[in-house]
Amino acid sequence: MLEFVIGHFNNVTYIILMMIGFHAMTGKTNLVKKVVGMNIFQWSIILFIVSLAAKRGGTIPIVLGSHDHGGSPVIRAAQYVNPLPHVLMLTAIVVGLATTGVALSLLLRIYKRYGTLEEDELFEKIETSE
Amino acid sequence: MRGGQESIVIRTICRLAVPFVQIFGLYVIMHGHSSPGGGFQGGVILAASFMLLAIGDSLEEARRRFSTKAVTVLLSAGVLIYASIGVVCLVLGANFLDYGILPVPEPRNIGMLGIEIGVGATVMAATVSIFNDLITFE
Amino acid sequence: MKYLNLVVTGLTGLLLILGSLGMPETGDPQSPASLHVSPRYIEQGLEETIVPNMVTAVLADYRSFDTLGEATVIFTGALTVLLILRTGRKDEAEDS
Repeated sequence: MLEFVIGHFNNVTYIILMMIGFHAMTGKTNLVKKVVGMNIFQWSIILFIVSLAAKRGGTIPIVLGSHDHGGSPVIRAAQYVNPLPHVLMLTAIVVGLATTGVALSLLLRIYKRYGTLEEDELFEKIETSE
Repeated sequence: MRGGQESIVIRTICRLAVPFVQIFGLYVIMHGHSSPGGGFQGGVILAASFMLLAIGDSLEEARRRFSTKAVTVLLSAGVLIYASIGVVCLVLGANFLDYGILPVPEPRNIGMLGIEIGVGATVMAATVSIFNDLITFE
Repeated sequence: MKYLNLVVTGLTGLLLILGSLGMPETGDPQSPASLHVSPRYIEQGLEETIVPNMVTAVLADYRSFDTLGEATVIFTGALTVLLILRTGRKDEAEDS
């Protein structure tokens, strides 16, 4: 029972972080808080997938002792952590940077045009200005 | 003290720290093949040095070192370097981005270094460009 | 009605936790994520490409086409911010 809890508690932690981000995205009415919630959601998914790559007793995915004598060392797959989720999440992190930049630039234009960043005041101003 | 500029203590410390941050960013890009690092990480560290100059000193100082036109040119040049290495491999007879056919010793190592430089340049120019546009909007 | 959001968030979290109890344990070397193509990248990565860092070898050599697409995405993001925020009006005090 204790082994089951230890083996699965990090999934529960990342799902709780994901639900915090989800509540910020859908429950708050300020637009900046929605952008922050989107960021939290995205980072929790990145951390969850990177945690799938762990192995018991494995070290970082750089070959040990490859500079010592010039010969090729013996590599076994159980010694090293799985490098494939790390590679895929590198792309996801940089895409998150671009998405946050575009979202913040849209917020700047909305504030300059309407003068407010609250969602309900924004809907009233859009309806009365058309 | 001109308008928009920090006090002289902050300005001196930031100007002293910027070259060391840039050397570290170049080290992370170039040593991506044998220690943790690579193109994306080194590019963001290089962009952080320009942000430090814009925050610690004034924005005109950072604009003078790295103008807006140079940022836009570097943004396109990074993707161009990456794609042109692939087209060179295609012209020499192999598949697209198949580094085994380049006429240098250890071709796969040198091909990887070339595309990491391209990716690092693009990521640095994109981060500095987004930062500049978000600040100077009124 | 104010707490509808909290109820929906709690239900979604509960369903996700129940779904994740069937996943393999953390740190299991026989999990399906580390069995099919990843041992080939680990064991034959050093002799095919002479690069000790496995993450850079997979990112820049075995899957370099995805990295080209990713560089295009970051280029498009910077271009989008430039198009939204630079309006070219004459009263902006900016020299390029």
